[in-house]
Amino acid sequence: MIAFRLGLFLVLVVLGAAAVSLVWVPQDVGAMAIANKLKPPTLAHPMGTDHFGRDVLSMIMVGARTSIAVALVAVGIGMGVGVPLGLAAAANRGGWLDEIIMRGNDLVFAFPSLVIAILITATFGPSAVNAILAIGIFNIPVFARVTRGAALSLWTRDWVMAARVAGKGRVRISVEHILPNVANLLIVQGTIQFSLGILAEAGLSYVGLGAQPPTPSWGRMLAESQTMISFAPHLAIFPGLAILFTVLGLNLLGDGLRDALDPRLRRSR
Amino acid sequence: MTLLAIDNLHMAIAGHPVLRGVSLELAAGEVLGVIGESGSGKSMTAFAVMQLLPDAARCSGRITLAGRDMLALDEPALCAMRGRYVGMVFQEPMTALNPLQTIGDQVAETIRIHDDRGQDDALRRAADALTRAELPPERFPMTRYPHELSGGQRQRVVIAMAIALRPRLLIADEPTTALDVTTQAQILSLLARLAREDGMGLMLISHDLAVVAGLADRIAIMQAGQVVEQGPVSLLTRGLTHPYSRALLAASTHQPARDGGDDGDVILRVRDVVRDYPGRRTLRGRAPAFRAVDGVSFDIRRGESLGLVGESGCGKSTLTRAILGLEPVQRGSITFRGQAVHPAMGNDLRAGMQVVFQDPYGSFNPRWRVDRLVAEPFHLAPVAPDVARHRVAEALEAVGLRASDMQKYIHEFSGGQRQRIAIARALVTRPDLILLDEAVSALDVSVRAQVLDLLADLSDRLGLTYLFISHDLTVVRAITDRVMVMQAGRIVETGPTAQVLTAPQHPYTRALIAAAPTLPTGDAA
Repeated sequence: MIAFRLGLFLVLVVLGAAAVSLVWVPQDVGAMAIANKLKPPTLAHPMGTDHFGRDVLSMIMVGARTSIAVALVAVGIGMGVGVPLGLAAAANRGGWLDEIIMRGNDLVFAFPSLVIAILITATFGPSAVNAILAIGIFNIPVFARVTRGAALSLWTRDWVMAARVAGKGRVRISVEHILPNVANLLIVQGTIQFSLGILAEAGLSYVGLGAQPPTPSWGRMLAESQTMISFAPHLAIFPGLAILFTVLGLNLLGDGLRDALDPRLRRSR
Repeated sequence: MTLLAIDNLHMAIAGHPVLRGVSLELAAGEVLGVIGESGSGKSMTAFAVMQLLPDAARCSGRITLAGRDMLALDEPALCAMRGRYVGMVFQEPMTALNPLQTIGDQVAETIRIHDDRGQDDALRRAADALTRAELPPERFPMTRYPHELSGGQRQRVVIAMAIALRPRLLIADEPTTALDVTTQAQILSLLARLAREDGMGLMLISHDLAVVAGLADRIAIMQAGQVVEQGPVSLLTRGLTHPYSRALLAASTHQPARDGGDDGDVILRVRDVVRDYPGRRTLRGRAPAFRAVDGVSFDIRRGESLGLVGESGCGKSTLTRAILGLEPVQRGSITFRGQAVHPAMGNDLRAGMQVVFQDPYGSFNPRWRVDRLVAEPFHLAPVAPDVARHRVAEALEAVGLRASDMQKYIHEFSGGQRQRIAIARALVTRPDLILLDEAVSALDVSVRAQVLDLLADLSDRLGLTYLFISHDLTVVRAITDRVMVMQAGRIVETGPTAQVLTAPQHPYTRALIAAAPTLPTGDAA
């Protein structure tokens, strides 16, 4: 429970920072002030300034927006495509459609995801949109598998049999009966994929294939700080901590949600 | 000599009282039957004896087993007692065994925990224990895995584990509830023999009065955490005094008042139905098909109540699914109201028959409210929303619930209430035929009696036709006009219920009836 609260707190801090940055940041991230460059943390600049004299705190706040947007849309793609595929596979369990969907899943799973993401962005040009697509595609089989696995056991329940006796078809049963009962699992998986998405976005930006300048991005801030790490370590530390705490927060939140939503775990305590 | 003495045992789990002043005694070589409905505390009493309780449980009182105060012992001392002095047999033989260990190793493991003289010695003694549990290693090698055995054989392995060290006390918690009638009779006589031979005290916990009546020397009846009555088993025939135990006895043999089935026209006609399941695909091609239903023919007339009796795996559930038009048949025909039944049949035909399942806890989508659950069959015969609402309310009132229950979620209801809701759902499209698939088997006896009354009343009032599928002969006797006995996919005997149950013709029917536990009929009963 403490872990869940800590996770919720961390996630709310990041979301809050991103939301606040929409209307106000300590200093405009587009404005350069070379005279002020590479300042260590001070009261005026709590996280210091970078090699262009931009406020690091402001850049992290705006960068949170990028990270959240990329990860959120990628999870959306994964859920939007993966969940229907998983439901369809479970509804036709043992049939040819199930076989096609699950073998297709295996195919996508067989590739190392980050390498393919690099391939996609390298082919179609580096941009936030291509990063989203690349991360999103690899979320699809994850959601398809989770959905199918949970749905399979639900299809043997008597209440699904009752719905069949009531003449309902597979699609209708999937939407009305199966989906609401796998939703809690999907929420948990969603938070975990969300954190993986943030990591993947940071990774892509780090190698220069994510959001392009001047859009601030945590991954690129890390990459740019590399050459200056010996005399301005704060440039690496603060974006690194931002990624760490966001991913940690989302994972704690996901674990906590799993415990809270799974009646089996609740009873055993 | 008193082996086990429980004296004024109180127990609360997380502040909720579960046991309230339970006092029981059990002598060596004696069989004590503990009877009660779900939630009466009978299993908790057994777990308290072994001190296998949830962390939040707090006990007060005294439990003396073989001269030791169980409540005063620390965990290592309790571990030494469990298995050695007390053995336990659980309800579900499927989950009580480790699927990855051979049966010989599992029995030997219990032995080595308490008395380790090497694996060879343990295996030798395991073989001995299995032989005493009537599973001799000559016929059932100890290298078998649990999935290679039937339910009854697995329960014998569990019993062998429990008696391997010749404990002084054996606790059997609903040991036969998950088993078929004929297997149940064998396991019960095995338990009785073991208790007699070893001079072991046997605490037999059951919800079924008849099971206990055939085996116990003394009985204790529990209700809401208290023992309301205890004494020699002859109490059952010579008169129970406590109102609850009298009600329990009455409910166990309850016969709802009902009109006989009138001879209407044939509503469901089943002719030479065959249902095969394809064999598993293996590396060497397909295994031969499994024939679950093999040439079954029968008619049901309007207003009739027909029973279908058989043990697990006999094909009753497969037949049910075929009649409901959920699965295709390979040969033969099923006609309902003169029209063919098949998976693609029209909704109006489907609306004519409904089903009530066994498990009141698994029959409903937990995320829907009662109004939506009961209204689900309207998918077959759409009606205006206000009409649907009215009909749902009507159906709920017909089964003895209130229309205001519509707004509640299913977890707010007890098992018996849920089964009423399942019946309401089956009634809402005003069908002609209702299939009751073990519909009262999971209910406590007193609730079962109420639901049987309800079914009899509904059939009289609404002219319903029932196909009543059950393994329980008592229930079938109470509610059906005619009965069919099914074995290995075939109907082996059909006839008026009273005639089939009193003068069975087929050897299988005779075996079933002989194996079914019965309550002794005394002067007072």
